[in-house]
Parts: sequence; structure tokens; C-alpha cells
Amino acid sequence: MNLSDSKKKLALAGVVCGIVAALLAYFGNPANMAFCIACFIRDTAGALGMHQAEAVQYARPEIIGLVLGSFLISVATKEYRSTAGSSPMIRFVLGMIIMIGALVFLGCPLRMVIRMSAGDLNAWVALIGFILGIATGVFALKKGFSLGRAYITNKESGAVISVIVLGILILALFTTLLKSSETGPGSMHAPVILALIGGLVFGAFAQKSRMCFAGSIRDIILMKNFDLFCVIAGLFVVMLVFNVATGRFVLAFDTPGIIAHSEHLWNILGMYTVGFAAVLAGGCPLRQLILAGQGSSDAAMTVVGMFVGAALCHNLGLAASGTALDAKTQEVVAGAVPLNGKVACIICIILLFVIAFTNKRESKA
Amino acid sequence: MKEVDARGLSCPEPLMLTAEALKGASEPVKVLVTEPHQKTNVEKYAKDHGKKSTAVEKDGYFEVVIE
Repeated sequence: MNLSDSKKKLALAGVVCGIVAALLAYFGNPANMAFCIACFIRDTAGALGMHQAEAVQYARPEIIGLVLGSFLISVATKEYRSTAGSSPMIRFVLGMIIMIGALVFLGCPLRMVIRMSAGDLNAWVALIGFILGIATGVFALKKGFSLGRAYITNKESGAVISVIVLGILILALFTTLLKSSETGPGSMHAPVILALIGGLVFGAFAQKSRMCFAGSIRDIILMKNFDLFCVIAGLFVVMLVFNVATGRFVLAFDTPGIIAHSEHLWNILGMYTVGFAAVLAGGCPLRQLILAGQGSSDAAMTVVGMFVGAALCHNLGLAASGTALDAKTQEVVAGAVPLNGKVACIICIILLFVIAFTNKRESKA
Repeated sequence: MKEVDARGLSCPEPLMLTAEALKGASEPVKVLVTEPHQKTNVEKYAKDHGKKSTAVEKDGYFEVVIE
């Protein structure tokens, strides 16, 4: 099965993933979060007690399904490769940076597209930052940026992340050890079995189609190649139809319930950080989970970095708050990025420039 | 034959190095990559640029010859 050899097949993969996201939103996942990688890693980090934000703690079966779906399909189609050794600690830091940028904006690139399909104009503003961040990463690549080679390792090493997420699934299903939100976004979720199957299907299709939100724009800028963009377009169209059909499409800023804020500069800088870091890491948060599932311990380090980044965001008060209705006064309270989050975002951007222009490719490839 | 050893490199480096090697190349170019999707990408790049490619799986990597 090869889904990446024609634009039609790629768009079809996007449509399938869009349907999965729409179904999960319909069956209980938070509105317009549907299948946000950053949000769901943050929730899972909360379930493990890595942070204490009570509203966002839940072991999301989608994240588990994505990694396992990628692992199973890559083993079945002989694409599983256990590799490691390409600057793992820099990739760990990039994972942290991706998560800090994502939680300043309030979502990963996948959620940005989902929010765009719901008419959230903040996400369209953030797209500017995302594109600029990717363009900066492409500039670094052209200047010779590289994190070096990965090497083949023992088969077992590449499977560790899949075993870990399987362990989290077992703990979530059969014990009461993990934390689970009683109110807030963490308490809103589709039935476990649906979320798990959704994650497995999404993971398998994402693995076969090479779906990557940063890669799609990177390839357009770098090589005028629109292949990966077809996947994103397919997903966007399905979510747009779903949002319009279910009355969830509201073209506006400051829409309560969407979990977003209208601090334009920080929406731009948050996604600038994510776009830049994702190009340096070789893929968006979704792609990191998929690569980790198919055996890359380097991508697994980025995933671990995202978990730690999510925990830091809530433990140190870096994450933005979303615009919401005050239950008592029924007034709209605007969401905002706290000062700590703004400072962290700037530090992340400086770090990205240091990483981008100090890691060079070997002169002879 | 020109050789590009892109084994173990992250995307899009293998494709960037391939594109660079193919620029003005009159002889065949041999590209080595680790991941199956990188092999597909290199083959597709060759096809899109009117070149023929043949890929062989070696011990833990792929060898794609573009001519």
C-alpha cells in the first residue's frame, strides 16, 4: 500500500484523517480540538502527574493510537527501522520548544488547521507566523543546517516508545493510578474505544501518506512541491464541511468555547516558534509521533521533549488561556498569554536561531 | 558515478542533496538513503525531472541510481 505516490491518494488520506477528527469531535472531544497533538500530549502528561493543571489531565487514547498505528503499519509493510543517534538532546530541546510555542498559541499545526476550518480568525493570523517560521527553517537548511546522521540500532530500541504508550493504555484502562479531569477540556472526550480506533486509523494513514503540517509548507517553499499540501487540504475540507453542517462554523475572533485567544502578536510568534522548530526537527508534532512509532528513537526524544515542555508550560505558568464566558456574569473574558509565556517564547526563538546556525552538515555528504 | 550518501539524514536533506548532485550532472547519480519514504521521494523527484531511477535494497539502506 503506497499512499504517497499520487496527489489524489494523498488527498484521500487527508479526507480519511479529517473524518476521524470530525467523528471524534462529534462523539465528545472538545470543540475544535478534535485531534490536537499538542493538547492531547499535554492532557496525557497531566494524567501521568507531570503537571497539576486539573482541567487538562486525561490519557488520550488518540496519542497512544497514533504511535501504535504507525508502529503496526510500519511493521506490516516492512517500513519499521530502528534508528537513533542524530543529535538526540537537541531534538529533546526542540520538542520542548515546539510545545511551548504551541501552548502560547493554544494548539499544534493540526489544531490550527482545525480552528481555521471552524472560522477562527486567530488561527488564520497564526498561519502567518507558522509560514514565516517554516521559511526561517528552510533558510537554515539552505545554509547547511543538519542534526547529523541517525544509525541503525537494535530492533527493540525503536519499539520502546510503542511499549511505553501501550503501558499507559493498560494503566488507563485497568487501574485508577492515572489522573483524569472532572471538569474542563480534559473531561471532554469521545468513548475510549472510538478514540483508540480513531488514533490507530489516523496513525496508519499518516504513516503511509507521510502527513506533515510543517513539511507541506516546507516542500512548497523549498521545492514548489504541493504533494504533502494535498493531505492537509483534504483534512481541511472535511473539517470545514463538518463545522458548517453542524453549525460550529463561526467566522470571528474571540469566540468563547473555541479555546483560543486574540493576542495577535503572540499567536504569530507562538506558531512561528512551532514552524521553525518543526522544520529543524524534521516534522510537525504529528509527524514526530509517527516517526517515533516507526522506530526512530530520535523522534521519540522529540516526543519526550514535548511531554516535558507541556509539563513546564503548566508548572511555570507559560500556557495561554482561552477566551471564555464567565459562568456567573455571562460576560466574555478575553484569553491571554501570561508574561512568563511571552518571555519563554522569546527565549525559545533565540535558542532556535542558535540551534539553526550552529549545527552544520558534514562538508562532504 | 557521483554518489550522495544521505543515509540517516532527516527530511528534506536527502532530497536537497539529490537535487544539488543532479544539477548539471551528465553522469548517473547514486543516492543512498535509509528510510523507505526517502527512497520513494528520491524516485519521485527523479521521475518529476524526467530521469530514470532504479532502486535496490541493501543491508539496512537503499541504493537509488538516477540516470
